[in-house]
Amino acid sequence: MAAKSIISRPVYGTLSPQPGKHHLFIADAEGALAISDMAAKAPAGFFDGAEIDFIPGPDNKHVAALEALRPAQFHQAPSFASLLPRLKQTLGNAHMGLRLYLAGTEGLIGQAMQVALEAGIDHTSMQTEHRGSLARRMQCVHCKGITENVTTQPSTCSHCGLLLLVRDHYSRRLAAFQGVCINAEDRSEIPPMEEAFP
Amino acid sequence: MGITFRKETFRDDFTFRNSPEHIRRFPFPFHEDAYMYAVNIEPHVVGPRGSVLENLIDVDEHYVAEMQDRALVLAEDPLRCQSLPHMTLAGWDLLELLMEQQALGYPEHFTLTRDGDRWRWINRPLGIDDTFTFGDTSTLPYGPMEYITRQSQGDFCILDQRDGNLWMDAGMVTTQADWSLDFDIGMNFFEWHAPVPLAHEKGIFTRALKFLTNIQQGKPARRLNWTMTINPRLDTSPENYHKWGPDRTTVTPENVGDKVHLRVELQSFWRLPRSNGIVFPIRCYLIKMDELVTQPKWARRLHRVIRDLPEELATYKGLTRYRPTLVEWLSKLDDGSATSPGFGPD
Repeated sequence: MAAKSIISRPVYGTLSPQPGKHHLFIADAEGALAISDMAAKAPAGFFDGAEIDFIPGPDNKHVAALEALRPAQFHQAPSFASLLPRLKQTLGNAHMGLRLYLAGTEGLIGQAMQVALEAGIDHTSMQTEHRGSLARRMQCVHCKGITENVTTQPSTCSHCGLLLLVRDHYSRRLAAFQGVCINAEDRSEIPPMEEAFP
Repeated sequence: MGITFRKETFRDDFTFRNSPEHIRRFPFPFHEDAYMYAVNIEPHVVGPRGSVLENLIDVDEHYVAEMQDRALVLAEDPLRCQSLPHMTLAGWDLLELLMEQQALGYPEHFTLTRDGDRWRWINRPLGIDDTFTFGDTSTLPYGPMEYITRQSQGDFCILDQRDGNLWMDAGMVTTQADWSLDFDIGMNFFEWHAPVPLAHEKGIFTRALKFLTNIQQGKPARRLNWTMTINPRLDTSPENYHKWGPDRTTVTPENVGDKVHLRVELQSFWRLPRSNGIVFPIRCYLIKMDELVTQPKWARRLHRVIRDLPEELATYKGLTRYRPTLVEWLSKLDDGSATSPGFGPD
């Protein structure tokens, strides 16, 4: 569970079944467990109008558990990038009343939310639940490059190489935390790198 | 008689200076010998002749040089000017406001002529004479917000009002005190202020938002904010922090007066008539310590404010590294005598 901090930092809840006929779930890795837990509270027939898009991760766990929910559509994707074209089409064709459920790592929730925002869905209407790694997506404020799966504080920008303080300041539009050069004033100061987002 | 515009720079050789008249009109932000956040918002009405409030949109001797610096920033990084797709109408609102106010305050420098939707804008200091159709973006060389804010001092944020909140959905931000429009665009009032320490707990932003969402057309409001900058650098963006950050290590007892600048923002808030948005100009004024301390009251008061500033605020404003040197330098100009009430010099 992510610690509470500043106001722009996203706060996640617990998935709960929403009224409606059409439900779209997007999850990665242990996010599958959030869906399974929610399913236990869902009314009969809930998954008849549901699509689950799942990115299992390297160990390929939890696939069978999600298939057992017998959603109308189940799609397994190897990465978020590979899911993106399908997700854009699904959201573009969706009717009013589609319910969105995002579960798993912050990077997955943030990127799926970004696509949904672009499709015109209000972020407050989305159900989210954080499970698994605390790794962050970070935008370097200097070169604008995004570094995925940041686990240390500070962290090196994978694009320009500056040593960045990973802030709690978060942009939904970019689906990223802000990284700002930690030793900009004196480059000879090199603070120790610690595992902060395991 | 018009303004004599200075030829000066805000980078490299840093030739920016204030004339003696501009030192006297500097918007000194401390009305007492201490500083803490407050909802210091008041009606933006015309003030005394010769002050920065003589006109509601102030144009001063730095106008031409500031516009040249803005053009340099935009050439390096076009992301400093962004407008989300639904904000074009608000951009036209802003163009109208700034053309009207600049032409009203400085008729010798700016002229706006309107014939229905056919407008002619003459900007003599920048050598511009354009005729365009109001509301038709294809008749201007840039979008309306970018066009007019390339000709207006200060940063500009345009806020969309919906769901009882204000959303930072467009802006021209090249002279900012260390915040990124590119990162913050699309955020609401609480989100883009999230990194500010102490003020959330004091309820400052809840009260400020309530005030701002109720601003009416024709009744703008204003507040002052401040920080400090080493060298008269307008572009202290986070984007370039790794370039200007090292300046903070260069302050010595010998160069405090020349290098350390008080940076004051005159922020104003205006309801826009067609879009119902709010435009938030953030006008930046710089003054070096040598210039500021020519007013003994300001020297004494600034010494006390900086010396007693809470540590969190000093850190947030980036003063930590050079605060002791600055306080020591200012202390020699503080004989301990009382300061008169109010902002102005004695």
